[in-house]
Amino acid sequence: MLRTRAYLPYLYLAPAVLLLLFVFGYPLVAIFDFSLRRIRGASGPFIGMTNYGQIFKDDVFQQAVLHNLMLLSAVPILVGICLLLAVLLHDRLRGWQWYRTILFLPYVLAVPVIGVVFSNMLQLNGIVNELLRAAGLGAGALDWIGSAGLALWSVMGIIIWRESGFGIVLFLARLLSLSEDLQDAARIDGANGWQRMTRVTIPQMKGVIEFYTVVSVITMLAWVFSYVYAITRGGPGNATQVLELYIYNFAFRNGLPGIASAVAVLLFLVALVLIFPLFRLRGQDDE
Amino acid sequence: MRLKLNRSSIPKHLLLLAAVLLVIIPGYFVLVTAFKSQAAYSLNKFSFPSPITLENFGTALRGGRFLLWFQNSVILSVGAVLLSAVVSLPAAFAFARMDFRARNPILAVITSLMVIPPVVMIVPLFLLLARIDLIGTYPGAIVVYAGMVTPFSIYLLTNFFKTIPHEIVESALMDGASPMVILLRILVPLSAPALTTLVVVNVLWVWNDLLLALVLLPRDDMRTLMVGITVFGSRYNNDVPVAMAGMLLASVPMLVLYLFGQRYFIRGLVAGAVKG
Repeated sequence: MLRTRAYLPYLYLAPAVLLLLFVFGYPLVAIFDFSLRRIRGASGPFIGMTNYGQIFKDDVFQQAVLHNLMLLSAVPILVGICLLLAVLLHDRLRGWQWYRTILFLPYVLAVPVIGVVFSNMLQLNGIVNELLRAAGLGAGALDWIGSAGLALWSVMGIIIWRESGFGIVLFLARLLSLSEDLQDAARIDGANGWQRMTRVTIPQMKGVIEFYTVVSVITMLAWVFSYVYAITRGGPGNATQVLELYIYNFAFRNGLPGIASAVAVLLFLVALVLIFPLFRLRGQDDE
Repeated sequence: MRLKLNRSSIPKHLLLLAAVLLVIIPGYFVLVTAFKSQAAYSLNKFSFPSPITLENFGTALRGGRFLLWFQNSVILSVGAVLLSAVVSLPAAFAFARMDFRARNPILAVITSLMVIPPVVMIVPLFLLLARIDLIGTYPGAIVVYAGMVTPFSIYLLTNFFKTIPHEIVESALMDGASPMVILLRILVPLSAPALTTLVVVNVLWVWNDLLLALVLLPRDDMRTLMVGITVFGSRYNNDVPVAMAGMLLASVPMLVLYLFGQRYFIRGLVAGAVKG
């Protein structure tokens, strides 16, 4: 440790702390205040819990919550796909680095680009349906984005398509850091590939799997705005309405920042609850 | 290295190829469609374009202001990444190398901010920036973006600084170097790999953001590439070849960056998740 005058560390921290107070500190306090007021312009009269009462009575809010919860079903799928592909890559087959480069690629692409491309591919007479018809599966050619029953699942598919890149690379990095001793011992004891996978590899990766699960839960609840905005804008009707879009619409379309802030408070509390398992898990495997 | 039996690796290759195919098909669709005329597209959506036409790119460039959007995105990314690095370097130095009260709790709070989604802060940020007339300006958006990526910057740099051997810092101290000199002349040059990773990850964050850009830069001529292509995509919803040409134009810079700097992308994104 550097021995310095007592105030010096705080001087070094000051610019960053000021910036963070401006971008995180003030807004995170202000949303609680705003959520209790009828905001017009920059402020407004105190109205207690009225905004909260309002949103809980609102059908659209309930749908948004339901849709975010439905998106959570992507989490186990993501974990499964990423784990499988990471384990396959870890076998270092011929060309595994090429596979890795391509499988990580979607995560680098911009969500709006992916949104525009997939909504064109999934149009009623788009390439996906033409492929299905050509394969004699015309009955499966559906209105993927345009029908209320399917749109959310299509959005979820697209989210999985992009987000799996991160999980694969994360799991692969962990696999590459594992010692081979346990694997070799298991092999000598006659364990087959499946047994080594379930009894040795997965237990060793428990920490990173749990970490990725929590990150994905946060993503599905509070980090899907650009998908929904670029693919459906919440439609058809409110079929793909989610909490982030609800906040955006109420603040910037309907001009009701008080209502938007009440939802922001709820989302903040959800994120806060999830922070604790996340930091307990971060890098737990290393210890 | 273990011995690989060819036969047993076939199903694995097939599974990986299937996944690769799922990733590549949309890319193939974009490529073949962007070089096709509308008529050729409605005739056959899978085939290679023949004849190859560049007309869609001309239409896309006339219909969307790609160069302007691109320029806006570059200004915001560079500005935000620089500002974040400038405030994060001394902060990370303090966290990694100085002893002070409440060091660990402050670092824990800052690190946990990485998890807070921007949508939670958006309403107060908009009202605050509106009050000081910074909505629709580069400085306003740059400060907000810089703040959003700073928790990750501090986290990454702190971990990296901790790995630099004590002897290096000690001997500089013996020579009478001040802390600022140690930071700028010794730690920063040694941190080139960490700084590259930091720049790549933060540029990716700012470049790909949609929500903040929509809200903080509402004027047409301030649109970022992400906002621009979202608008562009719905405008050309019925002219798929032009829409795909636009998407291709918009993706090329990031694709090139990825192909050349892949390890920095991968290292950076994994760095956020594991202890340094």
